[in-house]
Amino acid sequence: MSEVKLIATRESYGNALVELGKQNPDIVVLDADLAGATKTGVFKKQFPERFFDFGIAEANMMGVAAGLAATGKIPFASSFAMFAAGRAFEQIRNSIGYPHLNVKICATHAGISVGEDGATHQCNEDIALMRSIPGMVVINPCDDVEARQAVQAAAEYVGPVYIRLGRLAVPVVNEENYKFELGKGATLREGKDVTIIATGLMVARAMEAANILAADGIDARVINIHTIKPIDKDIIIKASKETGCIITCEEHSVIGGLYSAVSEVVCQEAPCKVVPVAVMDTFGKSGPAKELLDVFGLNATSIVEKVKANIK
Amino acid sequence: MDKKFLQEKALEVRKDIVTAVHSAKSGHPGGSLSVADTLTYLYFYKMNVDPKNPKMDNRDRFVLSKGHTAPALYSVLAEKGFFDKSELVKLRKVGAMLQGHPDMKGIPGVDMSTGSLGQGVSTAVGMALSAKISNDDYTVYTVLGDGEIQEGQVWEAVMSAAHYKLDNLVAVVDNNNLQIDGKVSDVMSVYPIDEKFASFGWNVATCDGHDFDSIHTAFEKTNEKNGKPWVIIQTSVKGKGVSFMENQSSWHGTAPNDEQYAQAMADLDAIAKELEGK
Repeated sequence: MSEVKLIATRESYGNALVELGKQNPDIVVLDADLAGATKTGVFKKQFPERFFDFGIAEANMMGVAAGLAATGKIPFASSFAMFAAGRAFEQIRNSIGYPHLNVKICATHAGISVGEDGATHQCNEDIALMRSIPGMVVINPCDDVEARQAVQAAAEYVGPVYIRLGRLAVPVVNEENYKFELGKGATLREGKDVTIIATGLMVARAMEAANILAADGIDARVINIHTIKPIDKDIIIKASKETGCIITCEEHSVIGGLYSAVSEVVCQEAPCKVVPVAVMDTFGKSGPAKELLDVFGLNATSIVEKVKANIK
Repeated sequence: MDKKFLQEKALEVRKDIVTAVHSAKSGHPGGSLSVADTLTYLYFYKMNVDPKNPKMDNRDRFVLSKGHTAPALYSVLAEKGFFDKSELVKLRKVGAMLQGHPDMKGIPGVDMSTGSLGQGVSTAVGMALSAKISNDDYTVYTVLGDGEIQEGQVWEAVMSAAHYKLDNLVAVVDNNNLQIDGKVSDVMSVYPIDEKFASFGWNVATCDGHDFDSIHTAFEKTNEKNGKPWVIIQTSVKGKGVSFMENQSSWHGTAPNDEQYAQAMADLDAIAKELEGK
């Protein structure tokens, strides 16, 4: 087996920003004293005149981004998910969401894979928060290829976008010729016995689980839902009808994230059993990221167990 | 500056405010009346705006950070011709263009949606920064309440405006010393306001918020660009012009009933008569 390339989506973000900076002079980047960690520092190095640090003051940074967007710039505002979606929620809702301004909020260090910093920095609620804002697009890329294209797509889309990015280096799942389509789920593996719908770093783990299941004679479909809002209803309805059981996989709270979003579609349109692999209404804790993912059951083993326990 | 013209215009704006809030049966007349003169000055003298072309690229921007005083902004915009005055009596009603707080998506002339205190000033910083980035020469004006500056975000914004040397930003603090729960000095003192802004690296001017000569003198100072943002701290009277509303925190967010409305309009007519005689 060839060696799998590992790269954190925050790295992809920094690199994609530089490409955007070359293409469009209206792209400006804001950070809140985390440019080294969020990788906006890569953009800063190339385009110092279009990079603005707002210090440890995320609320103001989001408002400034709104003002920049209202005057024709395309601001990318970054911090950790906890402080972007969490601390500045109301600024994002009222100053960016309500006027539907063209601000791109790119939040890194989402989920428990933040690792050692522990619960205060592990945001498992950002998808729920951002998804609740009318008109907000929410994207959770699974790997480097997808993250770079998602950043590009966000820049091209006119309106507020939230992109969830990670600290941990994760396997590259998609081929370089993969085409990211905003709002469209991607079927990575066809299957008829069960559908595993995954987002973010759980996509690679879902593929791993599908391979294990295949060896046991279970034919699992794997769908990557990178755009959690607006969600691809058709692909979910089809999966429900054709496979009769859905397992959702996310590095996010079971409340308000992918599990909720998929369930909302299924309940209305095509009821079937939907079972979550997620952070179960609990705070994170310190530890190496990979170990934590196992501790919280966010791995192929858990997915396989959930599939076997729930398919008919 | 044609002082009498501005005084007359401000009186019309005050009547519009009282009429709109009376019609809506809710809203914020007190703080609207305290900023009426300053907003009149901005839209009828100071700012480069065109009601026929509300999205004009190089227009000066205005952000009403104390968004609850929307009736003042709406009245000034209507008087200036951004939209028909008949909209004012539909304020806050279902289906109305004029929302309870400023809505930039639906109202011509509104440059930013505001209402959640402390947020408007950050957006004004963003607009001023935007002008610096692309070498545009417009000025960004924003009006804050004195109670509003209790919000921590205001000071994040104030810090950042000085840091990025935004001398194209002019903030006004409407210092009527009243907020919902009582006197600002009793609820949570914000004083000394001038020293706070000065220590954050801003130019500070002061004025009487109901005297156009004084307002004019203060705003003229802001023409000086020295790498620092400007704040004008204006002393004002909450409810100014309506006898029973003046200096009463109870009129922060209460609409006049029919009888009170008649009294308010009589008060403003009396001021108009007095002005005519001058």
